Amino acid sequence: MGRGAGAERDADVSAVLATVAWLADPAHWRGTDGIVTRLAEHLALSGTALTIAALLALPAGMWLGHAGRGALVVINVLNVGRALPSLAILAFALPVAFRLGLGLGFWPTVLMLVPLGVPLILINCYVAIRSVDREVVDVAWGMGMRGWEVFQEVELPLAAPIILGGARNAAVTIVATATLGALVASGGLGRYIVDGLARQETGRLVAGAVLVALLSIATEAAFDILERLAVPPAVRAARHADEIRLPGVAARRELGPLSAYVDEGDRGPALVERRRQKRESGG
Amino acid sequence: MDTGYGNSVRRPRGLFPLLMAMLAAAVVLGGSGQGRAAGSGPAAKPTVRIGSTNFIEQLILAELYGQVLEANGYKVERRLNLGNREIVAPALESGQIDVYPEYLATYLTYLTKDKSKASTDAAATYRTLQEVLTPKHLTVLDYAPAVDTNGFVVTKETAGKYRLTRLSDLAAVAGQLVLGGPPECPDRPFCLPGLRQTYGITFKDFKALDAGGPLTVAALDGKQINVALLFTTDAVIAAKGYVLLQDDRKLQLADNIAPVVRTALLDKAPADFKTLINGVTAKITTEEITALNRKVGLDKQDPKVVAAAWLNQKGLVK
Repeated sequence: MGRGAGAERDADVSAVLATVAWLADPAHWRGTDGIVTRLAEHLALSGTALTIAALLALPAGMWLGHAGRGALVVINVLNVGRALPSLAILAFALPVAFRLGLGLGFWPTVLMLVPLGVPLILINCYVAIRSVDREVVDVAWGMGMRGWEVFQEVELPLAAPIILGGARNAAVTIVATATLGALVASGGLGRYIVDGLARQETGRLVAGAVLVALLSIATEAAFDILERLAVPPAVRAARHADEIRLPGVAARRELGPLSAYVDEGDRGPALVERRRQKRESGG
Repeated sequence: MDTGYGNSVRRPRGLFPLLMAMLAAAVVLGGSGQGRAAGSGPAAKPTVRIGSTNFIEQLILAELYGQVLEANGYKVERRLNLGNREIVAPALESGQIDVYPEYLATYLTYLTKDKSKASTDAAATYRTLQEVLTPKHLTVLDYAPAVDTNGFVVTKETAGKYRLTRLSDLAAVAGQLVLGGPPECPDRPFCLPGLRQTYGITFKDFKALDAGGPLTVAALDGKQINVALLFTTDAVIAAKGYVLLQDDRKLQLADNIAPVVRTALLDKAPADFKTLINGVTAKITTEEITALNRKVGLDKQDPKVVAAAWLNQKGLVK
């Protein structure tokens, strides 16, 4: 038994060494199977899938959130969809892609990834719009704003952090799951995991896993920066005051991130007023 | 490491009963498993765990052997489509399966990592393979007349364009062509390294697909690759009119089909185990297995059904 444990530890150490050695070899960074190429492929796959998912989910989520009708049905259908394993969707996407003449690799993988991103973005977007404080919205209506203005000037900016949170979750999930694409001859970092397993090359396999993990973390960080740039300063202040970071937390609260907003000196209506003045002076 | 739970006293408390329940379940299940094994004792006909790698021919072969054993009172556990040789061969050595179909020369070369051990002589390759297997407590049973090697194929169009009939024709133009095959090809002596050493072939690129499966065929048809690694017994070659490049410098060796079995099982089982398996193997010719591959691969029939019909037709199962 003791010998077995020792051998296991040796295997662990040799796996780490094999991974470091694999990553340190400059030959593994160049060429069509090099890390640079695979990283670019991975980003292209994930970026395409995320863009398509956002184009589908954002308008739908915003409309549902603004109108508040039909949301229950849509969200429940999407939640059923989320229960489908990506591997099964991929197996289904391959013959579909063949039939559509899209070939192997890239498009079957994108077809698998889009349904992964849509529910995360749509549900977050819906919750984000719904959780904008009704008092703020009422003030906007009371000031004579029309439906589109209420949405554009009030609901959307205030909902932005949670919408971006949904996009961030979708992006991280898509980046991690894009590895499965290697099973249908797609490029990307998943290649190293699938090929490492087939070739029984521990270094290649673990290096692939590490690279995907790093890319997921980088994606998360990139969205942090994006949020900082995209969220209006007043909303950022409100978020800061409430310390709400995870969209899930906000979703579970009825009030959403703006509970602190109105409490802290009525800056909500002030924002609406400021925008109205700006618009009038501009036009 | 556990700072995340540092403030949360509740979580460990909630988990503890669950862990205990899992532990109890494990003890009960483990215990019952042992009981069953001890109770069955030295059975006259042991349970046989048949494995296979990840392509159609292997599934058919496993069914052929499995069904003939079942028809004669053996209990058979199927562990099919496990992965490539790099996964299945260690599974056999470590006793997770008892038997699976192999190919003499490729298996011998895989085990010894020495390409010079195997030859085009099936009998000699078979003897050397058994010598290598004995210390591993494995036995190779009779080999079949059927030979299935790696075949490098191109479309008719490509063959015409570059005037290709033999592998040696490929050397001059390979720099413009992409090879597609299973992910393990860059490490396999009869794949990329063999092509380079024996024929001086270096492709522009290699695309990792599957072991002679639908991805490889689709990639060849879709012109994502120019040369495909398929198995020579694959009926798709004839059906699609691909050109199988002749192995004029004999890179591929005596890859006759032969089942490999754990010697422990062979010792434990009654004598008919060996006779039954060898009886099936003797009837497997290259033409027969190609026809079976066609039924499953192209006509989309169930390997189980195809195997049963064949065993019946050959009088191996009544």
